[in-house]
Amino acid sequence: MNTPNTLTVKNLKTHFFTKAGVVKAVDDVSFSVKPGEILGLVGESGSGKTVTGFSLIGLVDEPGRVVGGSILLNGDDLARKNEKQWRELRGKKIAMIFQDPMMTLNPVLRIDTQMIEAIQAHEDISKQSARQRCREALVRVGIASPDERLASYPHQFSGGMRQRVAIAIALLHEPDLIIADEPTTALDVTIQAQILYEVRKLCSETGMSLIWITHDLAVISGLADRIAVMYAGRIVEQGSIDEVLDAPLHPYTKGLIESVPSRNKRGAKLYQIPGMTPSLLNLPAGCAFSSRCSAKQSDCLVATPEITQLGEERQVRCFHPVKQEEMA
Amino acid sequence: MSVFVLRRLMQSGIVMIAMSVIVFFGVNVVGDPIDMLVAPDADQAEIERVIRDFGLDKPVWQQYTVFVSNAFKGDLGTSFIFGESALKLIVERMPATLELAFMALLMAIVIGIPLGLYAGLRPNAISSRLIMSGSILGFSLPTFWVGIMMIMLFAVMLDWVPATGRGDTVSVLGMQVSFLTADGFSHIVLPALNLALLKISLVIRLTRAGVREVMHMDFIKFARAKGLSSSRIVMVHLFKNIMIPVVTVLGLEFGSLIAFSVVTETIFAWPGMGKLLIDAIQQLDRPIIVAYLMIIVVLFVVINLIVDILYSILDPRVRLQDAAN
Repeated sequence: MNTPNTLTVKNLKTHFFTKAGVVKAVDDVSFSVKPGEILGLVGESGSGKTVTGFSLIGLVDEPGRVVGGSILLNGDDLARKNEKQWRELRGKKIAMIFQDPMMTLNPVLRIDTQMIEAIQAHEDISKQSARQRCREALVRVGIASPDERLASYPHQFSGGMRQRVAIAIALLHEPDLIIADEPTTALDVTIQAQILYEVRKLCSETGMSLIWITHDLAVISGLADRIAVMYAGRIVEQGSIDEVLDAPLHPYTKGLIESVPSRNKRGAKLYQIPGMTPSLLNLPAGCAFSSRCSAKQSDCLVATPEITQLGEERQVRCFHPVKQEEMA
Repeated sequence: MSVFVLRRLMQSGIVMIAMSVIVFFGVNVVGDPIDMLVAPDADQAEIERVIRDFGLDKPVWQQYTVFVSNAFKGDLGTSFIFGESALKLIVERMPATLELAFMALLMAIVIGIPLGLYAGLRPNAISSRLIMSGSILGFSLPTFWVGIMMIMLFAVMLDWVPATGRGDTVSVLGMQVSFLTADGFSHIVLPALNLALLKISLVIRLTRAGVREVMHMDFIKFARAKGLSSSRIVMVHLFKNIMIPVVTVLGLEFGSLIAFSVVTETIFAWPGMGKLLIDAIQQLDRPIIVAYLMIIVVLFVVINLIVDILYSILDPRVRLQDAAN
């Protein structure tokens, strides 16, 4: 494992300065992605996974701000970029795919306009050759008759097709890193499976790194190489996909896995993690998960657990990690 | 497309029939024009002669059928006062009003949209707040009062522009227009601004609301994620989306610009249709009132049709062939 990382995030902190107080949406998050690797970033709504994604591409909306840490893309620290430098990076080195394909394409502009402008934003290239590139990009994501499609408007496409177009746009400059924010959540399972298959293929073909943000463990298990589980703005567990899913160490990860329907026996009651994600405005003292944790002990309520490094890639943020004999 | 236009024309026909009934009968209920028309010392025979001459001795429904059959021949009646064709009188004054309305519309677009964009993109800046408070004033101050104040300030005290009239005109495509001569332009600025004030405020608020809404859409964020410059995002991605409501409302409001010009024309003594209408109402010159209102109906119908076509150019989702299917 000597290949340099495509992306190394160290102690990233993104805070939102609201009237009600400072919301630490991303608090001391560190992870890395290697070339061609797919990292699954998993968590409930409000766990900070989407804000992490937006921090990596410099699109955190007001009143949010990246307040600390470093984002190294091939050794270049993005956290110190100004807006002009960010603009040159976005779409070129880092691309993003959004959750709702119905909303990501501008409804009043034709597909060719939206694709060609993405190329011309970074390259001095004629419209004809840009159009040729768009055509190839559409074919690559499995869209038939690209010429006809280029002249269409988004509303003439299905959701799956629109997401393919969004993926094609993200691929236009063959970026080093693609951040995919729940891109298949809004699609039906058949389309989801097709897109997952194609994304995997594209990653291994081009050597792009991919961060796949989702709350769906079933999707991640078939897609990602590694997984990072987020809870209340922090990564609570990280490791290779097999290790984490087969032997989760954090009680939260264990709870998430147990609440996946397909893993449960037919007819048995589905497991649920009790309680709700705490408000990021007033996190409980100690471990943020303590109020919902079945394994909590007195020390969990006092101090926040630090990251325990177990092996090269495996880490967990818990005082009392799950013992493996408990998982049957 | 042609099916759509055809269907719209049929609907317009129905609207015009309904409108003519309402207007014709409505006007006939108000007042007695004969008192205005005959000399105070006229005897009964003289009065009856006048009544017969104007066809006012027949029952209302008969007068209406005469009006309709004449209307199809392009005759909307003869003015009681001027003794000339009502249509001709109105059409003569129409260029002045249209010029004023177009000028006001242009001002609403050229002033309103940039200010609205600015206020929407910088919602917290003090300058934006000033623009928004100013637009409330534009909304709530009565047109006639602002008009008088403008005359006071710019014409009387500062003496920058003349207070009344149309100034020199030149003929363009058979229409007399003011704005192409220096003197005419100085005459039109003040009344047009007065008429536009309400629309400028409307456009500012509409544009700002659109900007605030669209800027938070995912497709704007996606456009930023593509690495587009902010000028491209604002001028292409944002602009085309906010123009949809602005064009719709402005199109519909153009009709009301013509209608509101009655007030402005009266204050600035602008020789347009509005002034003619006010005079006609005061003198109970029924044919002029009816003809004016019929022309306004036609104008509204045409404007709405144009708006629909423009709308479909801006928003591909409502392309007209869909509506025809």
